[in-house]
Amino acid sequence: MNTVNNMTNPKIKVRNLSFYYENGHQALFNNDLDIREHAITAVIGPSGCGKSTHLRTYNRIYSLHRGQRAEGEIWLDGINILAPETDLLLLRRRVGMIFQRPTPFPMSVFENVAYPLRLHFKMNKREVADRVEQALRDASLWEEVKDTLHKSGQALSGGQQQRLCIARAIVTEPEVLLLDEPTSAIDPVATLKIEDLLLRLKERFTIVIVTHNMQQAARISDVTAFFYKGHIVETGETKQVFTTPKQKQTEEYITGRFG
Amino acid sequence: MALHLPSPRNTSPSMTLRPFFWRKLQNGLVQTFSIIALALAIGAMLWILGTIFSRGGEVLSWDFLTNSSKPYGVPGNGIANALLGTLMITVTAAVIAIPIALAAGIGLSEFAKQSRFANLMRFCINVMMGIPSILIGLFVYMLWVVPQKSFSGFAGALALAILMIPVITRTTEDMLRMVSDHLREAALALGCSRWEMIVQVVCKSARNGLVSGILLAVARVAGETAPLLFTALFADTWPRDFFTHPTANIPVLITETTTNSPFEAMHQVGWGAALVITLIVLIINIVAKTCFREQKR
Repeated sequence: MNTVNNMTNPKIKVRNLSFYYENGHQALFNNDLDIREHAITAVIGPSGCGKSTHLRTYNRIYSLHRGQRAEGEIWLDGINILAPETDLLLLRRRVGMIFQRPTPFPMSVFENVAYPLRLHFKMNKREVADRVEQALRDASLWEEVKDTLHKSGQALSGGQQQRLCIARAIVTEPEVLLLDEPTSAIDPVATLKIEDLLLRLKERFTIVIVTHNMQQAARISDVTAFFYKGHIVETGETKQVFTTPKQKQTEEYITGRFG
Repeated sequence: MALHLPSPRNTSPSMTLRPFFWRKLQNGLVQTFSIIALALAIGAMLWILGTIFSRGGEVLSWDFLTNSSKPYGVPGNGIANALLGTLMITVTAAVIAIPIALAAGIGLSEFAKQSRFANLMRFCINVMMGIPSILIGLFVYMLWVVPQKSFSGFAGALALAILMIPVITRTTEDMLRMVSDHLREAALALGCSRWEMIVQVVCKSARNGLVSGILLAVARVAGETAPLLFTALFADTWPRDFFTHPTANIPVLITETTTNSPFEAMHQVGWGAALVITLIVLIINIVAKTCFREQKR
């Protein structure tokens, strides 16, 4: 069924992943998924089907919350992300994340992007400034903020804040970018900007995006995984999933009959 | 009162409208009562402030602020020593209380969260906030003043610190909880350690609220009298031996001059001191509110 899972050398291999919330509720059931390198994988499905939960295991961000736990294996280049001995700080330097709501820190635009650099690297001022500029350019934000770098990052517009967060996530050159409905809180024009940006960034990063917007998945992704009630119902090339879905549930969802 | 509006057409015959009259009367009564209550509360405050300002204003002068306090009959009475003493006691109390309370607040908000231990701690903090301040004074008297065989400004500072700790702990926890979990996740997702996230992102985000909480606690204890009666006591001298001798301070100066002296001249000194401490507390409160407003924006 999962042709994509037979790909050679995926960047991330998810095997038998199950997830439980603190009240014992099981949110994911035996997920198997391969994430292709330098491609955009879209995770789609109706609200509450576990797509965000699935994504949040890739950098173990769920561990902030007491009582949530994941079972199974998630292999990133031969390292099991879920193994207790995995160093979370190193993991999160390799796997960056963008959230639904933009989260600029209470610092200037420049400091927002410089912050993770200083966190992970010893670097002189010149190099920090250069890399901050480059990251802002990569995030298509430089032209809009180059004269106001000292202003608070929280004063930017929603779409600009989200691109600031993307700049902040890519400045440390992670290998994987996770995006959890990154455009659902911003307007359509800003959304298109971010989609263009992602298409450029996939040359350098492996991208996994959760979206409830099927057009968005169809527009930008190479591979699509359809989630329903915590199960991965179907995965495949985006074109195939959207034109000739193999599963009935996928077809019903894509044609708008539920969700 | 007659019903002015025709009854809506779509109501079924079995649905009888309640008479408007009583509902309106009820509304009017409650509104009137709350406005009267508000006027009473503000009126009392204005009355107190008015009395303090008019009585205290009579004696307030540069000499009054710069002269040391003196026994009755000695000319050139002032409150400078008490002002300095209050400043030293309050600042020392803040220096002791702030690190402990901030750490406790961070612990409750960021680490202990909803555990049973945390809820027990919260309960204890609430109890501590409700303990009459005179008991805190007695506590420090027994544990510090008696073994040291001396009243001291430092003992006063200890008592005030104990009063401040629960207040700052509570506000710290509340302010940190106002910071959204999205920000915490964003920081962790960048590879921050928990501690880096707390200090560099969460506390920074809540900075104004934290400062406002500290200032409110300082304002609260700056005018406390009871805990100082057993600890700092009072002296007409300048606070030279802060750790070993009774230390002048404004609240006890007010009690001394007004209740322990039959002379009008001394009562006047008390009013002047009351005006000064009121102004100090008022200013700290206003600064704190401004900080908090910034935080909420």
